Amino acid sequence: MIAAGEPAPDFTLRDQDGEPVSLADFRGEKVLLIFYPLDFSPVCSDQLSVYQEVKPEIEARGVKMIGISVDSGFAHKAFQEKLGIDTPLLADFEPKGEVARAYGAYLEASGHANRSLVLVGEDGSVEWAYESPTPLDIPGANLIFDALASS
Amino acid sequence: MFPAGPEAPCQAWAVKDFTSAGVPPIGPEDHVRDEGEGSIVYADLGCPHCAAAWAEISAGPGTVVFRHFPVASKHPRSPALHAAAEAAGMQGAFFEMVDSLYAERGRVDDPHLWQRVERLGLDLDRFERDRRSAGVAERVRRDFETGIRAGVTGTPAVFDACTLLAVREREF
Repeated sequence: MIAAGEPAPDFTLRDQDGEPVSLADFRGEKVLLIFYPLDFSPVCSDQLSVYQEVKPEIEARGVKMIGISVDSGFAHKAFQEKLGIDTPLLADFEPKGEVARAYGAYLEASGHANRSLVLVGEDGSVEWAYESPTPLDIPGANLIFDALASS
Repeated sequence: MFPAGPEAPCQAWAVKDFTSAGVPPIGPEDHVRDEGEGSIVYADLGCPHCAAAWAEISAGPGTVVFRHFPVASKHPRSPALHAAAEAAGMQGAFFEMVDSLYAERGRVDDPHLWQRVERLGLDLDRFERDRRSAGVAERVRRDFETGIRAGVTGTPAVFDACTLLAVREREF
């Protein structure tokens, strides 16, 4: 897993609407990258839904949230609608999991990312990174606020 | 408390602290059923997993403390249901409303809430006022915020002596 202080690898992925999104687009802002295993698994649903409930507080601290999984943009669109969330979801679809691998968040045996959070600072370096012990453990939103309080 | 003026609510919203904190112990504001050792449950009244677990949780021995954890993005009706339970609680029927909402998840629109209120013998006018009051919304939000600080990410989340016992069983 990538560590605090390292440069965050840049990437360009398509979002749920097929629009390209690059990490470099956010230079000068903080970005929270939310790597998660798969759309439509119950655990992810809870994670992104709960983060949505505190999104105003996260954004009030100058942080944009982005979800990333190996699913396609079409699945992301349907998943967003199902959850009632507006966090952009990026498709790490082809080459599959390339961005998750670059951040050390990919689980080769499972074929998807582990549940991981990476806070990228205004200068494009990693300020904080967290990897769940297993994909079944959801990092609470409190951990995001802890990281922001100490960064 | 906060600066007056139109911007005040936004400022209050922005400065809240959501960093990690233990589950608050049972306090005078809590909704507590029965007595003795028991558990604190963060639950969403719009959540089917909670409904399925509720009968079992509330039938167990000892205290059950119900704390509000509505996830509105996933269950858009949840905030209204939590406010309804809180308003019923102001007339002494909190758990009766919770039991009823979980028992009949298909009947949660306003006319169904009014029927429940009448069945429980509560004052409907007062219920209607209370469930839309700022105080009730704040009361629900306070529970939600303690859940966030304790790391709740799914419902029902059951704590015993402030330690997370179990979140509902999950598939992956």
